[in-house]
Amino acid sequence: MLRLLSFALFLAIWWIAALFVGGAKLPSPPAVLNVTIAEAASGALFLHLGATLARVALAFVLAMSLGSAIGYLMGRVKLADRLGDPWLILLLNLPALVVIVLAYIWAGLTEAAAIAAIAINKLPTAVVTLREGTRALDRSLDEMASVFAMPRWRAFRHVVLPQLAPYIAASARSGLSLVWKIVLVAELLGRPNGVGFEIGVAFQLFDTPRLLAYSLTFAAVVLVIETALVQPFEARATRWRPRAA
Amino acid sequence: MRLEVEITGKTYSSAAGGTHEVLAPVKFALQSGEVGVLIGPSGCGKSTMLRIILGLDRDFDGHVARPPGARIGMVFQEPRLLPWRSVEQNVRLAAPDVTEAKLSELFKILELEAHRSHFPGELSLGLARRVALARAFAVEPDLLVLDEPLASLDDALAGRLRDEIATLVASRPVMTLLVTHSLDDAIRLGDRLFFLSPRPARIVQEVPIAVPRDARGEAEIAAIRAGLALRIQAEQCDDRAGRDVL
Repeated sequence: MLRLLSFALFLAIWWIAALFVGGAKLPSPPAVLNVTIAEAASGALFLHLGATLARVALAFVLAMSLGSAIGYLMGRVKLADRLGDPWLILLLNLPALVVIVLAYIWAGLTEAAAIAAIAINKLPTAVVTLREGTRALDRSLDEMASVFAMPRWRAFRHVVLPQLAPYIAASARSGLSLVWKIVLVAELLGRPNGVGFEIGVAFQLFDTPRLLAYSLTFAAVVLVIETALVQPFEARATRWRPRAA
Repeated sequence: MRLEVEITGKTYSSAAGGTHEVLAPVKFALQSGEVGVLIGPSGCGKSTMLRIILGLDRDFDGHVARPPGARIGMVFQEPRLLPWRSVEQNVRLAAPDVTEAKLSELFKILELEAHRSHFPGELSLGLARRVALARAFAVEPDLLVLDEPLASLDDALAGRLRDEIATLVASRPVMTLLVTHSLDDAIRLGDRLFFLSPRPARIVQEVPIAVPRDARGEAEIAAIRAGLALRIQAEQCDDRAGRDVL
């Protein structure tokens, strides 16, 4: 209920602002809705949205799985931490744009280059979060598992993984938002489809309604994924915790 | 089966620098069916000794011979349950082979039936301790290690759990190592008592109890207690005499 109210407030502010600024710079909600419906009817909206979502999914899965594995290793093994740390700092501070441009120069304007570039941008933050989570693992529970001779996989699944779950959830959440942002840049610079490409076209034509139609639909999809996937996972992973008042 | 412990020394380097001697040479052995009790002042190194015996700490001088393939059941000082798994799952994860009948029996004895599906965060410390006991018993251990398992339980329950431990020890050939502050628990459960000195810990006295456990009535326990008091007094006199000579 509160969420709906807050959404209505957002629409109201937008509408009022549109009246003051004028339709060329900030079209009103119905104008944007009309463009959205037209784009959806022609099928273009779904095509571009689908292309972007596929890129996001691939890059996200790639970065999360690789980043989590590396982060876990760096949290557990001191040598790996020492060796990996300079790389990590370099990657963390490398601007996304540099990675994308270099990837396109080296690997051509290909799908693989785009996805790799997006994944490389997300990778270091996943590593850092999971390394922190691994460092915070409870040694006394490791000892318990070892005394009771739990097989490695069972110990990992029931002792280690539940402790890492909040870190994985945090990393997934921040990671999704990061990947969403970067994927559009990658599409703008070197892909013939996707939301980023459409926004590039809209920018060249100064077509604000179209720009807003694509970006807002995209934001809505993100919101759905967040509430339908990330939040339930988080709730499940932390269900044993006493609820905050 | 036999557990042989021969530790010739254990030191550790503190964060402030400098090394500390935690354990002096300690040597003892336990047979199947025997209950050894470690009694010593707080902070004397008992937990360190247990960690070495369990193979959790390999950085020491000497050697520990555990029977190969021995199943270990352990009750830590704090319950060490997995907070994200239910009571039943906690037990089953440590003891995957436990039968439903055995599990129900254990839960019944420890009065945990109503708490099977609860998470450890919803239990009191006393209940959590009982879950830890259930977990250790459920693995049907060859070596049972109990680090102050009855601390912070009320007397009636502690008494019942003590009887349970005695029953388990009698029912299977299990080597048991009990760490306790309570002389009463030691006398009621132990076959051999090892009195430890303050840090660095060494065995000051090893006292066997000849009366079998199930034949120890109140009268026998009082007699053992009196015998122990005499021994300890004699020891202190020896100490004093020794110092006088020096």
